[in-house]
Amino acid sequence: MPAGQHRRTLTEMDTDEHRHTVRGLVDDPTLTYRQRVQALAIAAENTLDPPPVSEACAAAMDKRIVCDMREGHAPYRPRYTLPDYELAMRQGSAFLELAPPTTFDDATTFLLALYGNVPSITGHPVWFGDLDHLLTPFIDDLDDDELRARLRRFWVLLDRLFPDAFAHANLGPEDGRMVRAALAVHREVRQVVPNLTLRVQPRVTPDDLLLDAMRTVVAVAQPHLVNHPMMVADLGDRYGVVSCYNSLPVGGGAHTLVRLDLREVALLHHGSSERFITDTLAPQAELAAELIEARIRHLVEQARFFDHSWLVHEGLLRLDRLTAMFGVVGLAECVEHLCVLDGQPGRYGQDAHADALAQRIVAGLADIVHSRPMPYCEATGGHALLHSQAGLESDVGLTAGTRVRAGDEPDLYRHLLAVAPNHRHVPSGISDIVRLDPTVGGNLQAAVDIAKGALAAGMRDVTFEVAGGEFVRITGYLVRRSDLARIADEQTVRHSSSVLGAGSFTNAHLDGRTAQDVTRVRSHEFDGAGR
Amino acid sequence: MSSTALVADIVPASCVDGPGNRFVVFLQGCTFNCLACHNPQTIARAPRAGPADRRRVDDIVDEIAEVAPFLSGVTVSGGEATCQWHAVHELFQELARRPATRRLTRLVDTNGDADPIVWDALGPVMHGAMVDLKALDPTIHQFLTGRPNDRVLASIRQLDALHRLHEVRLLVIPSVNDSRDQMAATARWLGALTSQPDIAVQGFRSDGTRPAARAFRDARQDDLEVVVSRLVDGGLPRERIRVAGVTTSQHG
Repeated sequence: MPAGQHRRTLTEMDTDEHRHTVRGLVDDPTLTYRQRVQALAIAAENTLDPPPVSEACAAAMDKRIVCDMREGHAPYRPRYTLPDYELAMRQGSAFLELAPPTTFDDATTFLLALYGNVPSITGHPVWFGDLDHLLTPFIDDLDDDELRARLRRFWVLLDRLFPDAFAHANLGPEDGRMVRAALAVHREVRQVVPNLTLRVQPRVTPDDLLLDAMRTVVAVAQPHLVNHPMMVADLGDRYGVVSCYNSLPVGGGAHTLVRLDLREVALLHHGSSERFITDTLAPQAELAAELIEARIRHLVEQARFFDHSWLVHEGLLRLDRLTAMFGVVGLAECVEHLCVLDGQPGRYGQDAHADALAQRIVAGLADIVHSRPMPYCEATGGHALLHSQAGLESDVGLTAGTRVRAGDEPDLYRHLLAVAPNHRHVPSGISDIVRLDPTVGGNLQAAVDIAKGALAAGMRDVTFEVAGGEFVRITGYLVRRSDLARIADEQTVRHSSSVLGAGSFTNAHLDGRTAQDVTRVRSHEFDGAGR
Repeated sequence: MSSTALVADIVPASCVDGPGNRFVVFLQGCTFNCLACHNPQTIARAPRAGPADRRRVDDIVDEIAEVAPFLSGVTVSGGEATCQWHAVHELFQELARRPATRRLTRLVDTNGDADPIVWDALGPVMHGAMVDLKALDPTIHQFLTGRPNDRVLASIRQLDALHRLHEVRLLVIPSVNDSRDQMAATARWLGALTSQPDIAVQGFRSDGTRPAARAFRDARQDDLEVVVSRLVDGGLPRERIRVAGVTTSQHG
């Protein structure tokens, strides 16, 4: 958004500008009807003044040091909601006039009705729930063929009714007929919706299920893997993975996500990296926290979402299950700049001293975020949660979250061991992408080995991508290569996320991501990678 | 006091040298001089120049231990691994001894041209061997490798008896070692093994080979399918045959 717009009231000039924006949206030939309605709603919301913040905070937003993720000026629903679908299915819904389901078809119908009434920042649900847990009670009288046929219809509806790759379903960590059917259907329909996560727990998730997951990764670049014991330790056992890879409490979610651009913060710093955290990072982080607080207060106290939502009335969302997300981007660029200030140039992912500095910054920022009191965040100890934010489509030359820059990834082990120590500091989600060579399809156990090693090394989320495939992992969600081509050709595409994805793909040089050739990785072949 | 090994190359992550993700140590030196060898620089036992590196076995184990959580196991290949079987023995013994590496499977990728004493020594410290069988016919074998195959066949039988025969690999060079008769005889011979090892069918590819291999044609997928059907006709169960594709064979 243009500089200064945050604090001004709507002047006559702004009115003209607003009319111009609305006219542009009405006339835009590349938007579907639903995408147009969503964009018009944001335009209408943004005629209001944003929640008031200090001069310093507003200035940081103008300089894009702190970013409100274009959530809109008047937060009127939590950014991410994770309704307690299990409770809903047990008690039925008065609002939806639905009794508790008793058959598989009842259950999927019930869920689809619920999904259609779930608010979020995208206009679509960002979470479909723990689908294997939700549906397993209804599969006893279905044989495998019958189950797959019914699940396939459900899967098709998820994609066609909620065409947004941030809509995320969770599976595992236990094995079972339902999780196997879901993976099989997912391989078969080749959709970007739902985004998919498999929870993995040593000694609970069998290798054979991981092999099936990797078979699915090779086919359609999903599921993500999440370190279940680590998540349970941080968020309790009732958590969900939503949107890209954001882990949040079930029955609640995140009021808002504000992000801090570490590259911009580093540019404000003078002197050596020694005092970066206390002198420069801490005060800028406080500005981001101030914005989070202002937005939460608007949502809860002004828009009063928790007073009027039917999801709250039926106990499916509870204010005491909400938290907020403190996002961070540009760690790679931040570290590179500070290394120059230290007179010892280095790149995160390439040089040990840069890796160590990266870890120090992430740990320091986690301390700051997790000790700053935040209203209405009782679910997570009264503070926001640090999140490795996966990027915006408009980011140019800025590396997502705490990732190593695309193209700078060192050999497989060094890459994973360099990023793993950061994961424990980032409870609401952090993901590093491992791009595999397609030949790993001939030896899926090799991919399972790498996944297990990554989780054992302390990674929270592991995301695989197969080089050159039809499915491209943008930040935490997928787009199809064929859709990118259609967007470049100014055609309409069905998935709203694909429109965002096209910008990211071009601006973040994602095609340059280093494929980890696990056919045979010779370490010396990667010495010069990306330089 | 750790001994040393002459190492041609180390590949810390491989998905084509046995099951799962494997750390592969390629040892320098080979008893064969295969026309189709993809890494002819690894043949010389005492190379005057080249990339070979004398490494302490302990240091190699240190390197493996660091990345052990990402691995199914370790494969020693070559060159010909058994040329330095004392070092292989020590490497495997050390891997079995250390807690960080104990769970890793230990495999040898070999041309099979080794004395019985080698397998008697390695048998107790390894999980298995993957043996290349270049040709069952001694004349074709001599032509392809410069050596007879009696020791190779004896090695396969001995490993079979020791229950250490992980896999037999057939490198298919079209029109050279893939005739119907050859494949039928090979199937019968392999079928008589008691431990029923997996049979991997690999296609020859000319990358990296010397000029002498130019007379050979690269194997295509359909060449491999013909070989598989000939092996099945010869009595090998289809489910034991794995088509490893047209990837390079380390031993050529």
